[in-house]
Amino acid sequence: MAELVKEMKQSITPKRGAKPIVEYKDVYKSFGEVEVLKGLNLDIFPGEKVALIGPSGSGKTTIIRMLMTLEQPTSGEIIVDGTDLWHMKKNGKTIPANEKHLREVRGDIGMVFQHFNLFPHMTILENCMTAPIQVKKESKETARERSVEMLEKVGLGDKLDNYPSQLSGGQKQRVAMARALVMRPKIMLFDEVTSALDPELVGEVLEVIRDIAEEGEMAMVLVTHEMDFALEIADRVIFLDDGVIAEQGSASEVLEESDNERLQQFLYRFRS
Amino acid sequence: MNINWKWDMFFDAFPFILKGIGVTIGLTFACFLFALVFGFVWVILRRIKFKPINWLVTWTMEFIRSTPPLIQLFFIYYAWPMIPGIGVTLSSITCAILGLGIHFSTYIGEVYRSGIDSVDKGQWEASVALNYSTRQTWLKIILPQAIPPTIPMLGNYLIIMFKEVPLASTIGVVGILALAETYGAEHYRNLEAYTIVALIFLVLSYPSAILINKLERKMNRRFDKNAVMQESKGAVI
Ligand SMILES: Nc1ncnc2c1ncn2[C@@H]1O[C@H](COP(=O)(O)OP(=O)(O)OP(=O)(O)O)[C@@H](O)[C@H]1O
Ligand SMILES: [Mg+2]
Repeated sequence: MAELVKEMKQSITPKRGAKPIVEYKDVYKSFGEVEVLKGLNLDIFPGEKVALIGPSGSGKTTIIRMLMTLEQPTSGEIIVDGTDLWHMKKNGKTIPANEKHLREVRGDIGMVFQHFNLFPHMTILENCMTAPIQVKKESKETARERSVEMLEKVGLGDKLDNYPSQLSGGQKQRVAMARALVMRPKIMLFDEVTSALDPELVGEVLEVIRDIAEEGEMAMVLVTHEMDFALEIADRVIFLDDGVIAEQGSASEVLEESDNERLQQFLYRFRS
Repeated sequence: MNINWKWDMFFDAFPFILKGIGVTIGLTFACFLFALVFGFVWVILRRIKFKPINWLVTWTMEFIRSTPPLIQLFFIYYAWPMIPGIGVTLSSITCAILGLGIHFSTYIGEVYRSGIDSVDKGQWEASVALNYSTRQTWLKIILPQAIPPTIPMLGNYLIIMFKEVPLASTIGVVGILALAETYGAEHYRNLEAYTIVALIFLVLSYPSAILINKLERKMNRRFDKNAVMQESKGAVI
């Protein structure tokens, strides 16, 4: 019975009438002997805000890293906007994707990391405008204009010529977000973007994420330990446990109404 | 017993020996350049994941580094021409550039590698997230961070190579050491002749070492803080 409920919950996805922008189909992932994901099925819809929660080591980071092409699934498929990310067709045969294919498919995906990963040898402005120029072949003027605009939006319009080492953690993370946003992704991935920050700097970063979320057009996947924040902005909260989706639904359904025991334990540990 | 030192012979020998300085310094830079370029070749070869090749490259490097450069010079100059099929006779200067260049390229390759390894892996990941190609990632993100901190180390190797270059006199390259040998033998003035050689090396290496030390401190500051860069930029504008 419990098995059946688990299975049903795994297959629940919100019906939005739209075609999903990302589909995980029966995805398995092992690191050596350790099987981290055991048949993940997950659809993400355009503009949807998804929060991934779960115990440490449950595979949250792995899920979004596979979508960013930083980690390769052991088996299964990840479909982005209709195209298989990790496989390509050649002479009618399906073969592993090469770099060209990966670059074509991941072009609509952006990611913000826990440790910012800004380029230390470039100014803030250069951090933002280099990829549009190099990767998207935008003109220098356009790239600069859009980057300045984006940096102003995250409140760093007065730091354009500073280097990352001269900024606080919160400022760095805001630059990282501007840098990702300038690439105009359709899907943005956030991996615990506030957990490396001093507590007093968390607010300013969440503020920016809230602003982006309100604009609405981008799908967002947030791995987070900020339960209140997840409750506030997520359309859907997914609880990951033992390599599968153990519970999912609207934020209030999952965080307040669920009777899943593991989830209860997880939330209890969190709140205490 | 009095020391047999003649200042007039010293001043006579000096210009004669100094004529070799061009060869000595030129050879140093030629070897260094060769090692700088070939060092990159090692880095690339070492990144090949295929086990047998990786093993072969690692052991070749180890072999080159654990054999004295003098023996490598002798091998290239005297022994290689004897090998049927692939043996070629090369001029002594070419042999010196090849021998010392290859020997030191294994060290320079390690310097590059340490520089590349010191770049945080998050930099690679951010490059993927921004959809850079592998080539762009190397050229725009990784190497600009990996190379600057290695410059002082490379400078040190330049000085070390400068001091190893006299080995080339053993295969007939006429630098300051070879000229000192000639002068010393002809005039029975070994003391003055070799003192001059030592002095020339001292006068050139010591200030270079100090210079590189300064450079190192400057680079460290610049790389840690970037604040220096910011200041100097501001000053220009
Ligand atoms: N590159 C790797 N090599 C080996 N094992 C890995 C690697 N990356 C992740 N793992 C393992 O996979 C499991 C899931 O890792 P993952 O980082 O996805 O968990 P997580 O849910 O993000 O945890 P956390 O909340 O601690 O960030 C962990 O047991 C981790 O040790
Ligand atoms: Mg994680």
